[in-house]
Amino acid sequence: MSFPLLTATAALPAVGAIATAAVPAARRTAAKWLALFFSLATLVLAVVVLVRFDPDGDRYQLTESRAWISDFGVRYELGVDGIGVALIALTALLIPFIILAGWHDADPLETKSSRWRPTQGFFALILAVEAMVIISFEATDVFLFYIFFEAMLIPMYFLIGGFGDRAHAGSDEKASAQRSYAAVKFLLYNLVGGLIMLAAVIGLYVVAGNFSLQEIAEARANGSLDMATNTERLLFLGFFFAFAVKAPLWPLHTWLPNAMGEATAPVAVLITAVVDKVGTFAMLRFCLQLFPEASKWATPVILVLALISIIYGALLAVGQRDIKRLVAYASISHFGFIILGIFAMTSQGQSGATLYMVNHGLSTAALMLVAGFLISRRGSRLIADYGGVQKVAPVLAGTFLVGGLATLSLPGLAPFVSEFLVLVGAFARYPAVGIIATLGIVLAALYTLVLYQRTMTGPVKPEVSAMPDLRVRELVVVAPLIALLIGLGVYPKPLSELVNPAVKHTMSDVQKKDPKPEVEAAK
Amino acid sequence: MSATAVHNLWTMAAADPIDKIDAPKIEYGQLAPTLIVIGAAVIGVLIEAFVPRKSRYYAQLFVSVVALAAAFAAVVALASGGYGTTKARIAAMGAIAVDGPALFLQGTILLAGLVAIFTFAERRLDPVTHGNRIDSFVAQAGAVPGSAGEQAATKAGFTTTEVFPLALFAIGGMLVFPAANDLLTLFIALEVFSLPLYLLCALARRKRLMSQEAAVKYFLLGAFASAFTLFGIALIYGYAGSVSYGTIAKVVDGTLTTVDPALAGTMGNDALLLIGAAMIVMGLLFKVGAVPFHMWTPDVYQGAPTPVTGFMAAATKVAAFGALLRLLYVVLPGLRWDWRPVMWGVAVITMLGGAIVAITQTDIKRLLAYSSIAHAGFILAGVIATTEEGVSSVLFYLGAYSFVTIGAFAVVTLVRDAGGEATHLSKWAGLGRRSPLVAAVFAVFLLAFAGIPLTSGFSGKFAVFKAAAEGGAGALVVVGVISSAIAAFFYIRVIVLMFFSEPKADGPTVAVPSPLTMTTIGVGVAVTLVLGVAPQYFLDLAGQAGVFVR
Repeated sequence: MSFPLLTATAALPAVGAIATAAVPAARRTAAKWLALFFSLATLVLAVVVLVRFDPDGDRYQLTESRAWISDFGVRYELGVDGIGVALIALTALLIPFIILAGWHDADPLETKSSRWRPTQGFFALILAVEAMVIISFEATDVFLFYIFFEAMLIPMYFLIGGFGDRAHAGSDEKASAQRSYAAVKFLLYNLVGGLIMLAAVIGLYVVAGNFSLQEIAEARANGSLDMATNTERLLFLGFFFAFAVKAPLWPLHTWLPNAMGEATAPVAVLITAVVDKVGTFAMLRFCLQLFPEASKWATPVILVLALISIIYGALLAVGQRDIKRLVAYASISHFGFIILGIFAMTSQGQSGATLYMVNHGLSTAALMLVAGFLISRRGSRLIADYGGVQKVAPVLAGTFLVGGLATLSLPGLAPFVSEFLVLVGAFARYPAVGIIATLGIVLAALYTLVLYQRTMTGPVKPEVSAMPDLRVRELVVVAPLIALLIGLGVYPKPLSELVNPAVKHTMSDVQKKDPKPEVEAAK
Repeated sequence: MSATAVHNLWTMAAADPIDKIDAPKIEYGQLAPTLIVIGAAVIGVLIEAFVPRKSRYYAQLFVSVVALAAAFAAVVALASGGYGTTKARIAAMGAIAVDGPALFLQGTILLAGLVAIFTFAERRLDPVTHGNRIDSFVAQAGAVPGSAGEQAATKAGFTTTEVFPLALFAIGGMLVFPAANDLLTLFIALEVFSLPLYLLCALARRKRLMSQEAAVKYFLLGAFASAFTLFGIALIYGYAGSVSYGTIAKVVDGTLTTVDPALAGTMGNDALLLIGAAMIVMGLLFKVGAVPFHMWTPDVYQGAPTPVTGFMAAATKVAAFGALLRLLYVVLPGLRWDWRPVMWGVAVITMLGGAIVAITQTDIKRLLAYSSIAHAGFILAGVIATTEEGVSSVLFYLGAYSFVTIGAFAVVTLVRDAGGEATHLSKWAGLGRRSPLVAAVFAVFLLAFAGIPLTSGFSGKFAVFKAAAEGGAGALVVVGVISSAIAAFFYIRVIVLMFFSEPKADGPTVAVPSPLTMTTIGVGVAVTLVLGVAPQYFLDLAGQAGVFVR
């Protein structure tokens, strides 16, 4: 058997997590470097995956298959399509930046007992999340996916609840209460979603007799596995509910602002740019492939919910006084776009949605990490506490502006391409939906530019007058992200060539029995 | 002799006078596990009588550990000799079944008993008093709490080493309980394991009044439950004319209709069958702690010495579910259209009731008690499946659950303050900061209870829910999933408390245990993770053990 590349890509950060956790308490800096090393090594493996993957080859490549729990009909099956490769690359790319950006976030405030090792824990947990996210992008066995989809919650939960912003160092008691509230809310929402999915997973097994995505999808396609309409719809709803909590879709979104607001900026990036992508990815991979008919049945409702997410998220972002919560609501709006693209059921829409996942990861990471640097300087998350920063810290302000412009999908930056594709895709099938969704862009301009204006321009507030500009470590984090945003904005072709064949496969799964002629096919 | 031997003895006696009674035929080899444990228990009693006080602890510990290990070896030998599958048979003149489920459950009980005995023997948690190391048990059970006699006993360094033979007797009864193949054996086994447990509950060294209260409650309610069971057995005898499982099953199925002249008025009367079966099942549901027969659980779990709680929570549940399975699957399958709806209802209220009430608990032992009730509900979901998968999923769940439980209660014994164990939840605040390792281990157990993937709790829950769904109880799975979500809330709350709350200044300390408790906890963690990540071997084992002998 050839080298199990996918297993290695997922296992390497897991090994890194264990190694980092085992570093003695006093060797804090060594733990950080070790974590960074493992994240970079994972990035190298991810690049190898990217190179070895042939976009025009088989649908699933680099596959691995081993027996695991035969009593449950579960196999250890991995395989990637273009969408999976893109998201693995995104994850592996962002983690080193997240580690670097959070370099000092978990330094203990005072030297407590020698056995308490927050720094080691912080970086080990980040790597553990990376391992689980990567394996969920690779799993082609529904059960295997489910296990890591759920297990991921635990390290995430400790990251949110255990490591807060230094912003609230003054009112520690209150901040810690808010933080554990946010962590618990995150966990409960996602756990309930996951458990409902568990019922559907069991139901799927009862209907299909195994968990292999390819086998079930094939049997569904050639008609050898017939599901009663109601069964299919119920199972679809069970899966979709879990993914919609994770993504998050209105009205299941309320955990996200809490979690992103209370977590440190790097962890907030981890949540929204990496972990939440598993939700939208799983909609594409599992909902559409396993339950094509039910997906079409549910499309109108999901589109409406996605529209509400877009508009509602953007409106609330406009009204935020807290920088991190603003980014969180902006993300809710963006996830609305992604889900809209997926369920527009056009290949442009789905290509756009996939690109959107990657680009949203990059743009949010840039904006949020710079916001994190800003907040760590002033010790406050409130927009009103800032003003005139661009005069004292021009580089910081400049990178913040680029991140913001990417978030509002300025042409020339990567998110523009994907947002445009999503809108075109949606418009092709549902013109009204496309038109309403466009409002989201207008609102995005509003909340981003108002944020920039209030914090960066105007007279310099006395509290920020001594603010230092970006340090070298921070520049190392931000510069590559901005370069990527510009690069993929100008030349998105490699990425879209990577995901397009995968999207075509998904489209054919869904449209096979669709009597309606494909809109873009007629063009 | 045939399965109806006991019954025939009676009827023959009425016909013509006995001039010769055949010596009963006992298959010592096949009954070896039980005989070893009971024999060791008797030796334990003799040790109490004849061995000097100073040496008793070591002698008792040695005998118990050797006996449990030997009995487990005997179970393994029987299983590998094919007694679990092809050579499954009914031994001891129809009284005891030697088959897959019996051997699997006996193995589980013995292993659980072995690791529980280690926590019984732990003597390093409390500081040395009057120059003696002390364990969790009272110095002298007869001394009135707070009296001068108690102080004198403590000062003299007495220890209640009787706990070891008591535990062995309980384990002996538990070994018979799931293997019992007639109703009388069932009842005797029930009493043999219950009575020592009542006593063990009363023997806590600290908070003695609570401990004694727990024992009295357990004893009174248990006596009621036993009485119900016995009454049920009498009614069933009236219905079937036999206490043998095989014969009753045939009468229920209608394949055996010979009317006993003495019972002509009652035999085949369905009212007797239904009422009798309901009463026996009630007695068993009491032992597993299913709603609405669960009222004793929180008080007893809280009051009993924590090592005993852990042992009881794990092993009693295993034994009682084993007996329940055998009764429902061997004796009453013909009645399943009657008992399934009832068990549906019991499972639903047990899952929901346990999970909902647990939310309001403020004591860690009571919380675990309600959690054990919720888990009884999950296991019942597997029982209801009435398929072979149902049996093996329940077996697997019981194995997985017992080690999590014993491990969790072992951790509870470590967290102490001046008054002994600090079981109030508020005292656990910030434990993760003081003792990251202990808190992490406890978190693993809680996550397993909550059924998070990669722990044994998830594998077990998945197995029973899958079996239930395949058995046509999809709605039950949905209820199970909902109560899992509710239950997750309070497990998570404890984790929040341990890791995200600031430690209190006067908080408890974590005692450093001896290798005994460390072994218990270590085994618990290892089993939890292995059954979570690679459960296939054990699922196979449970799958092979899924067929009852009739």
